[in-house]
Amino acid sequence: MEIVYEYVKKRSEFGRPCNFSDRASDLHLDIQPDAELAACFFSLDSRDVGMQCAADMSENEVNTVRIESESRGINHTEGGWPNNVNPQEIEHTMRFRKKVEKDENYIKAILKLGIQMEHSIKQNNAIDIYQEYFGEGEEEEEEMADAKEQPAAKTINVFRDPNEVKRTASSLSWHPDGNHKLAVAYSSLEFQRASKSMNFDSYIWDIENRNWPDLTLKPVSPLVSLEYNPKDSHILLGGSYNGQIAYWDTRKGGQPVEMSAIEHSHRDPAYKVIWLQSKTGTDAFSTSTDGQVLWWDIRNMNEPTERLVLDPSKKENLDNALTAVCLEFETTMPTKFMVGTEQGLVISCNRKAKTPAEKIVCTYSSHQGPIYALQRNPFFPKYFLTVADWTARIWSEDIKESSIMSTTFDMTYLMDGCWSPVRPAVFFTAKKDGTVDVWDFLFKQNDPTLTVKVCDEALCSLRVQSNGRLLACGSHVGTATLLEISPGLYTLQRNEKALANEMFERETRREKILEGRLREMRLKERSRSEPGKEEEAQDLEGEESPEELIARAEKDFFQIVEAEMKKWKNETEKQKGKDVSEQKKC
Amino acid sequence: MAEVEETLKRIQTHKGVIGIIVVNAEGIPIRTTLDNSTTVQYAAQLHQLTMLSRSAVREIDPQNDLTFLRIRSKKHEIMVAPEKDFLLVVIQNPSE
Repeated sequence: MEIVYEYVKKRSEFGRPCNFSDRASDLHLDIQPDAELAACFFSLDSRDVGMQCAADMSENEVNTVRIESESRGINHTEGGWPNNVNPQEIEHTMRFRKKVEKDENYIKAILKLGIQMEHSIKQNNAIDIYQEYFGEGEEEEEEMADAKEQPAAKTINVFRDPNEVKRTASSLSWHPDGNHKLAVAYSSLEFQRASKSMNFDSYIWDIENRNWPDLTLKPVSPLVSLEYNPKDSHILLGGSYNGQIAYWDTRKGGQPVEMSAIEHSHRDPAYKVIWLQSKTGTDAFSTSTDGQVLWWDIRNMNEPTERLVLDPSKKENLDNALTAVCLEFETTMPTKFMVGTEQGLVISCNRKAKTPAEKIVCTYSSHQGPIYALQRNPFFPKYFLTVADWTARIWSEDIKESSIMSTTFDMTYLMDGCWSPVRPAVFFTAKKDGTVDVWDFLFKQNDPTLTVKVCDEALCSLRVQSNGRLLACGSHVGTATLLEISPGLYTLQRNEKALANEMFERETRREKILEGRLREMRLKERSRSEPGKEEEAQDLEGEESPEELIARAEKDFFQIVEAEMKKWKNETEKQKGKDVSEQKKC
Repeated sequence: MAEVEETLKRIQTHKGVIGIIVVNAEGIPIRTTLDNSTTVQYAAQLHQLTMLSRSAVREIDPQNDLTFLRIRSKKHEIMVAPEKDFLLVVIQNPSE
């Protein structure tokens, strides 16, 4: 339906002036509401309509064009000569200069500036402002500042295992010179927990770069221990989970240069490998829980140069052997080395012994659990540190019965420890709850001087850098954390060496005295109970009734208890006496 | 005029003074006791440095202004006294 209205005007009437007049309205079209259509709709009584009585606005973004600015230097060689003066011609310049000098402003300015300048010149001549007055005082101030500083440790960098399946960072080794690289060995130490997809690689990290490792070492089996060769910083030796020893050359890439023949290697993971001091710099030895200590020359890895079975009965019986977990070797004492066992014994051995039976010199026993770390004090090699079960103990080589000093029993297992290479009485321990303890035995012996919580998982390995400032610890999930410790803990104090030596000697003496005492008492007891023993022997020949057995057991028991009490009393007396004498000394 | 000469001469005769340069607002050395090449170098560099120092001081506090500039180096000390139109530069070897 079209609604059209025609409006007609004659052509001849165009242009004529308009003459408007009113008239009634004219209805052209009327459309009625269609009832059928109305049925399709229903009326809504009320509707919500948003209204706003505000001006309509539109949002636009405007951004000015960024001006790129760059810093540049301008080389200004010759001053801004005015147009008429040619700087090359001396005449012109002279004339110009003369003109300026005639200027009044010039005269006034120079006079004023002259006064200022003279003042400064005279100042300079009078006093040398950079003269050192308090040269010595400065040093003392620095030392005082250090002493007042709270010991603290700061995490500098964290290296995470880039693989999906996390492995334990079981061993760490610092690069021997420069200390900017850290080699970390990754493996899964839990029995049969290693999943098939676990990556065997170990990494060398550059401590500046935490995103990707500097070099990937690809062994045949995951590495449990890894050490840089102190003589040649390109060579690394690794002990792997299947007992083989392999060595890498970082110049040759990630594949091992050579691996030991599997028939002659260890039968258990090679928990520790250490480089030896030798002319060729290619000797090393390794140990594992199969009870053997093997010596290797890396030039010929087919078979070990020497073998030692850690059998305390000296019969070379592998079944009887003690299982070793860590080794210790100090280059200042090349003929001796020590082995820490799973049984809690430390065995001191002599390399140069002729027969294998003579190799084992003596054992030290005091720990209840496997010895995870064993290290001689870098300043006083006669004393060594063992870290095992819940304590860390310091031993003197001469005293075999017990340690000379020990930390208190901790709540968690201690997993690794090492001496500080710069301070004789400071050592570090890593614990199963993820904390690192710094012990300063000259300062405090009951508690660690500093406890730092590094991570939530157990810390399995700990290594301090040779300048004593940086500490690397490896955790159960393969995260290696670098900590920097405060200067107070790595600067050698004035008499520290002498004091530490005194302390160790004092403790050694105490232990010796106690040992002597114990021996005496034992002898006395034996002599006392010997006539008793003869009677008992006679009794035994007859028949023993249960009551007599009980009576005998009781008698023995009480004797032992009394002996223990006497010993304890003597010890406390001795300690009190020592404390008093210590106080007197202070 | 004579006072200017006298002032400059007096400064020159102080202990340790190596040389004097007077630079104008355009960086042209007006008066100098050093050789030409050194003078030109000093004038150019110090003029710019003084401008920069002055603007630094004034930016931090607009009421402030640069009164003196001293640069101590390993070998000697360069002292610059700025004025509205001129710069007086003295190079001195301090008492050592």
